Amino acid sequence: MKRIDLAIGIGGAAGQGIATPGDILARIFVRRGLHVNAYNAYQSIIRGGHIFLTLRTSDQPVLSYGDKLDVLLPLNQDTMNRHLRLMRAGSAVLFNSDTIKPGAVAEGVQLCPFSVKALAPTIRGDLVQNTIALAAVLRLIKVDFEILEEIVTLQFKRKGAAAVAENVGVARAGYDHAAAHFTALPFSLPDPAKPLAFFEGNQALAMGGAASGVRFYCAYPMSPSSGVLHWMARHARQLGIMVRQVEDEIGVINMAIGAAHTGCRAMCATSGGGFALMSEALGAAAMMEIPVVCINVQRAGPATGVPTKTEQGDLWQVLGAGQGDYPRIIVAPTSIVDCFKIVPQLFNLVDKFQCPGIILSDLLLSEGRSSIDPAELDFNVPIDRGDVIGLNGHATPVNGNYKRYLITESGISARAVAGTPGHVHVVATDEHDEDGVLISDEFTDPHKRQAMHEKRMRKMDGVLPLLPPPALFGAADARITLLGWGSTEGVIREAIGQLADAGISANNLQIKWLVPLHADAILSILGGCAKVIIVENNYSGQFARYLRSETGFAADGHIRKYDGEPFMPHHLVEGVKAILAGSTKLYVPVHEIQV
Amino acid sequence: MAIVDTAATVRGQAKPKVTVKDLKGKVDPDWCPGCGDFGVLAALKQAIVELGLQPHEVLTISGIGCSSNLPGYLNTYGMHTLHGRAVAVATGAQLANHELKIVATGGDGDGYGIGGNHFVHAMRRNVDLTYIVMNNQVYGLTTGQLSPTSVKGMQTKSTPFGSVENPINPIPLAIAAGATYVARGFTGQQKHLVELIKGGLEHKGFALIDAFSPCVTYNHDNTNEFFKQRTRKLEEMGHDPTNFQAAMEQGCQWGDVIPIGLFWKREDLPTLDQLEPVLSAGGPLAHRPLGVAPEIAQALINELM
Repeated sequence: MKRIDLAIGIGGAAGQGIATPGDILARIFVRRGLHVNAYNAYQSIIRGGHIFLTLRTSDQPVLSYGDKLDVLLPLNQDTMNRHLRLMRAGSAVLFNSDTIKPGAVAEGVQLCPFSVKALAPTIRGDLVQNTIALAAVLRLIKVDFEILEEIVTLQFKRKGAAAVAENVGVARAGYDHAAAHFTALPFSLPDPAKPLAFFEGNQALAMGGAASGVRFYCAYPMSPSSGVLHWMARHARQLGIMVRQVEDEIGVINMAIGAAHTGCRAMCATSGGGFALMSEALGAAAMMEIPVVCINVQRAGPATGVPTKTEQGDLWQVLGAGQGDYPRIIVAPTSIVDCFKIVPQLFNLVDKFQCPGIILSDLLLSEGRSSIDPAELDFNVPIDRGDVIGLNGHATPVNGNYKRYLITESGISARAVAGTPGHVHVVATDEHDEDGVLISDEFTDPHKRQAMHEKRMRKMDGVLPLLPPPALFGAADARITLLGWGSTEGVIREAIGQLADAGISANNLQIKWLVPLHADAILSILGGCAKVIIVENNYSGQFARYLRSETGFAADGHIRKYDGEPFMPHHLVEGVKAILAGSTKLYVPVHEIQV
Repeated sequence: MAIVDTAATVRGQAKPKVTVKDLKGKVDPDWCPGCGDFGVLAALKQAIVELGLQPHEVLTISGIGCSSNLPGYLNTYGMHTLHGRAVAVATGAQLANHELKIVATGGDGDGYGIGGNHFVHAMRRNVDLTYIVMNNQVYGLTTGQLSPTSVKGMQTKSTPFGSVENPINPIPLAIAAGATYVARGFTGQQKHLVELIKGGLEHKGFALIDAFSPCVTYNHDNTNEFFKQRTRKLEEMGHDPTNFQAAMEQGCQWGDVIPIGLFWKREDLPTLDQLEPVLSAGGPLAHRPLGVAPEIAQALINELM
């Protein structure tokens, strides 16, 4: 059977209803057990502008949104103008010929015009165009009409039988028109098989929180992190989670800390701007030794930046968030399913080490969507609350000898949650002694300060052995090592396949756990690599600088992108070729203006 | 230190009697001799004793400032948080364990200045906590600058030629923002202050007690003597704290007569924790077991199929 690798682009203005045909197509694919990856390039406007959804499906796992489109559905002239010239031989372009005119087109591109006026003379409204286009696409990929009929029936059911009949009729007309006039694509979808689930990264993060036992979630809306809040709010009552929208991000993190101090697992999410407001309180959580998890879904900065575009530009912000040195654990999930799995792991670590944990996601992961085998969504995760006293409201009295910040070899002291009988104490953001009493203003106490500071920081020594060291993906003796962190794993691994086709062997080292960093393990791996190229979605090479500061390692080349859009595989392939040719050490791809 | 078992408390068995001495913190206050904050600390201890609360049942949360050092001088659970953030932290703690008695303490700069946003929003939400603001109309810990409640014309280190700004008046602000118990006390009227704090602790809802707590070091205008001459108890003025208009009018008085006492109280509004269905059954969130039931997990996954 021919391998299926189909990418469909749907573009139009905000308000034209791009999401609905996108969702319908995705569901049809995942129900057949096909893998799907979707990326929506959008703008922060309610109506107008240009929105472009790329939906890619395959019988193999889909690692990125790819390089090319097989089917283009321009819902307006603007989309046609922007994207038609990027279509290549073998692809098809479906459009409403009443309002949209094609321009110059490459040889072998199938133009598939349909007239909404002719096919649906009685129905008004823009959305009828979408129904016909969807019907035509389904015919092109040889999906039975009954499937579409079922979907349209569901879609219009609440508008009554007449609306259902009318729209099913329109769908039929579109489907038949396509059958009569367009050439179907040269593959068939498999029959319905073991279905896959389909979800976006923000849902994955929220579900990961639920699996961790998060009981308190709060946030201030900020793109592209709001999806976590939306999922949490929708499921709050079902799951028994307190979900609050707060006045600002300073309030968010402080509320989460207050909740965590009573024993709740507390989580919050924001983007870079909100995270900046949280900085001081993250240090406070570390100082009071209260575990809390904060998600930073990066978008292109600085300042308001590009609110709907992706970037990996906050690494140094999270590394240095807040005044002073303090223990923190930072992780950058490498895929959408990783967003789900990473959260319970991080909660166990922050509970054990009583410090803040930061998840560094980005728009690409958080608003990107992916299929996933539902068996991988295991909610029955191991839960370790660490050395904690009084979670159920009870505790063994200690007769007043309890020392919240007892200095220990591991740096970990037993944490009694507020309300526990027999363990009354005060936690403070001022430097304090073992019993919580402030020493910050006692200048005669440098030794106490040093001892307490070392106790806190020492906890980090215990974290590293619990983190899996990174490992090379691909052949160890490859000519090129593509070193990335976080969300770039998928596109790097797809590029490795394309490089292999071009006769260039490459492997990948992807870093997930950023702080603490497995510096020795990374250095040891990189020492055996022939040529290392660091790939990251920012201007200054934030990870390259971090790696150098932690290991002294300097890479042979860099591929960076900071235009707001994620890498496509061919950007990396071209970058590797340019660096191998010796023409540059820093390659910055130019994004095709198709979004 | 008194040690009790929570289960016994829940069953309504006799609690050990807590005395003012039991509430003494691990260290003595380092406030300047004569500081009004001593009076607030004493009044709070007295109120806790009179209400029969156990040390572990109370969580006292402060920000940063002279007065925010208070939790360290009190033997209850305490959080000495960041400047301006006490009310936000307190909101989280209250919702996470609504069986705790939450007291937020701090100064006028902490609460009405840097923490102003949290202050207003906690009141509109009617979070069930008691917020005691030790109002000395000056920044003390930073050695004497203008505060949000400093009166117009006040000379401080940051306003050497006199302030040109109008101060915040927390009483009408709190009433308008939705606080359901709004009072003002004066540390020179200790018994009265104890009653106001007790009333706040017993009130189900957001209780603000703005306490004139004169700074003997940096505020030479609004001194103990200044308030002694001007403060008059609302309770002796025939004020009706359920009368909104009267409460606003009395709250705006500032001159030869400065009213203290309970300006405003309403008991008909549910608190945030009462309104939140997640808390309607199952006890404090903090004490609930973790984990997602298999059938719920399956339902969550089914949504994605």
